Amino acid sequence: MGLIPVTTTTPPLLEQAPISPDADRDSTPGLIGNFFEWFGELGIFSWKVLKAGITLPFEGRELIRQLDDVGSKSLPLVALAGGAVGAVMSMEVRFSMARFGATSLLPSAIVYSVIQEMGPIITGLVVSGRVGAGIGAELASMKVTEQIDAMETSAVNPYRLLAATRIVACILMLPLLTVAADACGIVTGWITQTLSQPISFQQFINAGFSGAALRYFLPPTFKTAVFGLIIGLIACYQGMRTRGGAEGVGRSATNSVVISSLFVILADVVLVKLILVLFP
Amino acid sequence: MATVNDLTMHHQYPKQGDSEAAVSVVDLHKSFGRQKVLNGVSLRVARGETLAVLGRSGTGKSVMLRIMVGLEVPDEGSVCILGHGLAGLSLDQLGEVRKRMGFLFQHAALYDSLTIAENVAFPLVHHRRDMSKSDRSDRVNQLLAEVGLEGANDKMPSNISGGMQKRAGLARALALNPEILLLDEPTAGLDPISSREIDELVLKLQREHQMASIVVTHDLHSARTIANRLALLDKGSVVVEGSFEELQESNIAFVKEFLKLA
Repeated sequence: MGLIPVTTTTPPLLEQAPISPDADRDSTPGLIGNFFEWFGELGIFSWKVLKAGITLPFEGRELIRQLDDVGSKSLPLVALAGGAVGAVMSMEVRFSMARFGATSLLPSAIVYSVIQEMGPIITGLVVSGRVGAGIGAELASMKVTEQIDAMETSAVNPYRLLAATRIVACILMLPLLTVAADACGIVTGWITQTLSQPISFQQFINAGFSGAALRYFLPPTFKTAVFGLIIGLIACYQGMRTRGGAEGVGRSATNSVVISSLFVILADVVLVKLILVLFP
Repeated sequence: MATVNDLTMHHQYPKQGDSEAAVSVVDLHKSFGRQKVLNGVSLRVARGETLAVLGRSGTGKSVMLRIMVGLEVPDEGSVCILGHGLAGLSLDQLGEVRKRMGFLFQHAALYDSLTIAENVAFPLVHHRRDMSKSDRSDRVNQLLAEVGLEGANDKMPSNISGGMQKRAGLARALALNPEILLLDEPTAGLDPISSREIDELVLKLQREHQMASIVVTHDLHSARTIANRLALLDKGSVVVEGSFEELQESNIAFVKEFLKLA
């Protein structure tokens, strides 16, 4: 086969800027455009993850690894945060109730506050910080080092192996972690109460749960599955759309935490209203 | 291990017309934003043939390779791999095509949380689910031996040299016995001895497996050693295509300057 001269242009051998697929990011459509682009891409990402997650093969081994990473490794932090909230609640509520001579209602106030709101939201925010940053940074690092591309070229769907497993792990683990945070909050609430006015744990629990039905406690606990969905989805999305080397990895980790925390708080507002309407 | 010269002597140059194209790209265009990267690239690689794609940084060589494996979608033009057009394939269909291709990334792209053996086993774990653990382990050991990494099974990617990472990446790319091998800068960032070893390894593998290969490189020596044919890209277009000797005879000033400086 002979030489094939395709063109006779003679450009000087000046150094050109390396081409990267990130180059299209230069054409930024502005703040509003970015806002809609972000949501649009999130929708497409969610659809890809859903499609990958409900089709075979299931990545059971990776899911178990993620359940351990999201669940058991977050437990100490969540327990500590729940405990701190219980203690603070006990001190603050005691001060307020003492002014109205209603200290006998303190166990109920602590139990209801911790289980219905403080436990779930604290768990959501703590997991958003620990797991959101972890997933965001891990996937971002894999993205910029072409590990996710390598996965795709090996015909392995990264939406199934990386994203779906992490999101499902977050959804399953958040309610369990919330129960742990609630339990720690109630125990530290009792300890703090006992230090001021001794009361047995049995009495504290009886008083705290008197007149309570399961419907008061289950919806707030299970609403954290939605927090898990938000944390997992946003962290995976931010991680897998990372561009720009080490700086991009840092940006993705930060954005994962900031955006998922914000969405957890906003979702909490909506879910509380929804629970009040559905479980009056 | 055989020397480059030994292997080059045995390297058979397939005739262009006697085999079906393994890879065929026609009039490929790709832009990122306002930046035009590929501007009508057309190439054809026959089964068992090796094409080296050379060019300056930023001329779209790696982007072209990414398009061939479906990591990027072209704005215009078509890519045909082993008789399958990539346009309009579903993810599953694309996956089936990808299983018949191996891709070595510029920085190897090994999974940093997995050992070398786990990296090499990765495609087998996901696509040879019927394979027993011992068979998989044997296959991994065979692949590692093939690339000269015996005994590196339990090492982590961060604990081995760049040359070893490339070898491990190559072993992973070969795990599913691909019919096409795409190599993105296989010798970039390596010392001359490691580069030569990688060249020898690629030649050996090509001879043993008879794959169609496309090698994107800046390294003219490497391209000359391992490729049957060279294509020179500039400003997103193929400027010239032919054997090294044919390129040397070119009167195009850019080609002359490139060969002189490379």
